[in-house]
Amino acid sequence: MSILVDRNTRLLVQGITGREGAFHTEQMVAYGTNVVAGTTPGKGGEWVGNVPVFDTVKSAVEATGANCSVIYVPAAATPDAIYEAADAGIPLIVAITEGVPIMDMLKVRAYLDQRGVRLVGPNCPGILTPGEAKVGIMPGHIGMPGNVGVVSRSGTLTYEVVYALTSRRIGQTTCVGIGGDPINGTSFIDVLEMFEDDPATEKIVMIGEIGGTDEEKAARFISEKMTKPVVAFIAGRTAPPGKRMGHAGAIVEGGTGTAEEKIKALESVGVKVASHPEQIPDLIAEL
Amino acid sequence: MKLHEYQSKFVFAGYGIPIPHGKIATTPQEAFEIAREIGQPVVIKAQVLVGGRGKAGGVKLARNPDEAEMYASAILGMNIKGLTVKKVLVDPAADIKTEIYLGVTTDRAARRSVMMASAAGGVDIEEVARSTPEKIVRIHIDPFLGLRDYQARDIACGIGLARQYWKEFIQIARALYRCYEENDASLAEINPLVITADDHLLALDGKMVLDDNGLFRHPQLAEMRDTDEEAPAEAQARQAGLSYVKLDGEIGCMVNGAGLAMTTMDMTKLFGGSPANFLDIGGGAKADKVATALRIILADPNVKSVLFNIFGGITRCDEVARGILEALQEVPTQVPMVVRLIGTNEEEGRAILADANMITAATLAEAAQKAVEAAKQYATERGEQS
Repeated sequence: MSILVDRNTRLLVQGITGREGAFHTEQMVAYGTNVVAGTTPGKGGEWVGNVPVFDTVKSAVEATGANCSVIYVPAAATPDAIYEAADAGIPLIVAITEGVPIMDMLKVRAYLDQRGVRLVGPNCPGILTPGEAKVGIMPGHIGMPGNVGVVSRSGTLTYEVVYALTSRRIGQTTCVGIGGDPINGTSFIDVLEMFEDDPATEKIVMIGEIGGTDEEKAARFISEKMTKPVVAFIAGRTAPPGKRMGHAGAIVEGGTGTAEEKIKALESVGVKVASHPEQIPDLIAEL
Repeated sequence: MKLHEYQSKFVFAGYGIPIPHGKIATTPQEAFEIAREIGQPVVIKAQVLVGGRGKAGGVKLARNPDEAEMYASAILGMNIKGLTVKKVLVDPAADIKTEIYLGVTTDRAARRSVMMASAAGGVDIEEVARSTPEKIVRIHIDPFLGLRDYQARDIACGIGLARQYWKEFIQIARALYRCYEENDASLAEINPLVITADDHLLALDGKMVLDDNGLFRHPQLAEMRDTDEEAPAEAQARQAGLSYVKLDGEIGCMVNGAGLAMTTMDMTKLFGGSPANFLDIGGGAKADKVATALRIILADPNVKSVLFNIFGGITRCDEVARGILEALQEVPTQVPMVVRLIGTNEEEGRAILADANMITAATLAEAAQKAVEAAKQYATERGEQS
C-alpha cells in the first residue's frame, strides 16, 4: 500500500516534448511508472519513446484513461495546464514547475477546491512510491519500499532525508514533495491524514522550513487526530528575518514563521524534531 | 521586489487613488525648486526601502523653500538602517483630521487575499496587530469576484468611518485591490489614508511589494527596480539566476536547492561555525553558473572556508565540479574548500576534483564539521580571531 500514486496509476505528462518533460518521461518510464500519454499542443500524433502524444488533455484522457497528470510546462503556461487537466476530469495533478505567480495560484486553488481535484505543488519534486511509481523529478534510486511515509516542503532536502533512510535500510511507503510556494495545492495536514489512513504506513517523517504556519497547523492536527508517530525536521534556524531564502514561501515575516516557533509547536505535541537530517533515521529507528 | 513610496503612489494614481502631487529631488537645490513650485509647506521624505525612516529623522516638514533645501541637504546621503538616501520626495503638506490604515495582502493560511483596515492609521500596523488586534478589520476576497462594494462598505462600517466618507472610501478600497491584483503585488498599502481638513480622502503614504514570479507580466514595473538598494553581490547573483543572501558568518555555502541550502547553513551553526551566505544554485546548474557563484562567495572577505553540498538530481555533479575548477583558475585562493558531491554523476565529479586539493566528505554532518574546522585553522594561520 501507499498513498496518491502506485502501480495502477495511469500517468499523463503535460509538456512531454519539452526538454524537462522528455528527459523525465524517460526516467519515469525506466523506473516502471505506467506513463500512458503525453500532451504538447500542436504535436499530437508524435511519440516520445513508446508514449503517444496528444494535442489536448481531453483527447489524451479519452484515448488512454489517464488518471494522474504531471506538469513540466513553463511557469506562464502552468495555470492553464492545471485548469485543462482539471476540466478533463483528472483527479490528481502534480505541478513540478517553479515560479508560478501567487495571484494565479489563488485562483487555481479556489477553482480546484470547488471541483474536488487534488493538486500537489507547484514548485515541487513530485511523488515517489518506491518500487511502484515515480511521478516528477525525484531520483528513483534513493528510495526503497518500506513502512515510513515522508512529506516535505523541499526538493533536494527530501532526497537527502530519503537517502539517509535508505542507507540505513529504512524503506518508505510514499515520499511526497508538497513544494515551497506560499500558496500550493496540498498541505502537510492533507498528506498526514492520508498517511494516517494508509495501513502500510507505520511512521512518518515531516520536513518543514521557515515561513507561513503550516507546520504549526500540522502540529495541532498531529496532537488531535493522529495515532502514528511523526519525526520532524525544520530547515532555516539560521535564516534572518525579512530575507527570502530561495523558495517564495521561505521567509520570516512580522515575527512569524521562525524555525524556533515551529520546532516548539511540534515538540509540544510529542513530535521528535531532529537537529540535522542525518539524525532522522536514528529517531525513526528508536520509535 | 519592493517599490519606493513615490513609485507606489505613482502606480496608485493610475487607478484613480488621490495622492499628493509632489516630485522627486536628488539634490537640495531641486528640493528648493520643487517647494517653490508647490508654493505651500512641504514634507521632505527619504526614499529608502526600509521601514522606520520617520524615527530615523528621514521625514521633515518644511515651511518654505529654504527649509526644504536645508532638510533635503540633511536627509540626502543619510544612512538609514544601512541604506544611503539618494532621493527625497517633496510632497505638499496635508492638513490632517484623521489617519486610517488600508492595505491588501496575501493571507497564506486562508489561501485568499485579505484587505485590512484600521482607524489607528499612521503607525506600524504590525504593532497594532500585536497589541490591539481587535482594532483591525479583515475581509477575505474571492479571487474570481474581486473586492465588492458591500465588502468595502463592511470595512468602512467596521472601522467606524463617518457615512459622508463612504463613497470616496469604497472607490479607494476597490481601486487599491485592483491595483494589487492587476500588478501581481503581494502587498499594497496606504498608511496613512487621511481625511483632510476639507473633508476628502488622500493617500499620504504608499507601499507596494511585488511578487517576483509575476514580474514577467509587468516589464514597466520590473524597470522600476532600484539596483542601488541591492547589495552588489545580490544583484550580480540575481542576474546570473542564483538565489543569494549575504549573512555575517565565515563559512561560504554553495548548495543546490533552497531547503538543503538552509539546512547546510544550520549545520555549520550546529558544529560551532556560522554561515557567510545562503546560496542556491538551482536545479540543473551548468559550470559557468557554478563559477559565478563561487566568485561571489570568494569576494566576501569574511569567508574563511567554503562548503559545497551538492545532491545531484537534475543537477549533475560533474558539471558542478567543472564550474569549481573554472572559477579557481580565474580566482586563485588560499581559502580551504570542503566538497560533498552525491547523486547524479558523483564519481565523475569527484574524479574531476581529485587533483584540486580539496577536502572531501561523505555525509552532510562530516562536511559541515570539516568546513568549521578548516575555517578556524585558516583564521589561526592568519592570526585572526575566528
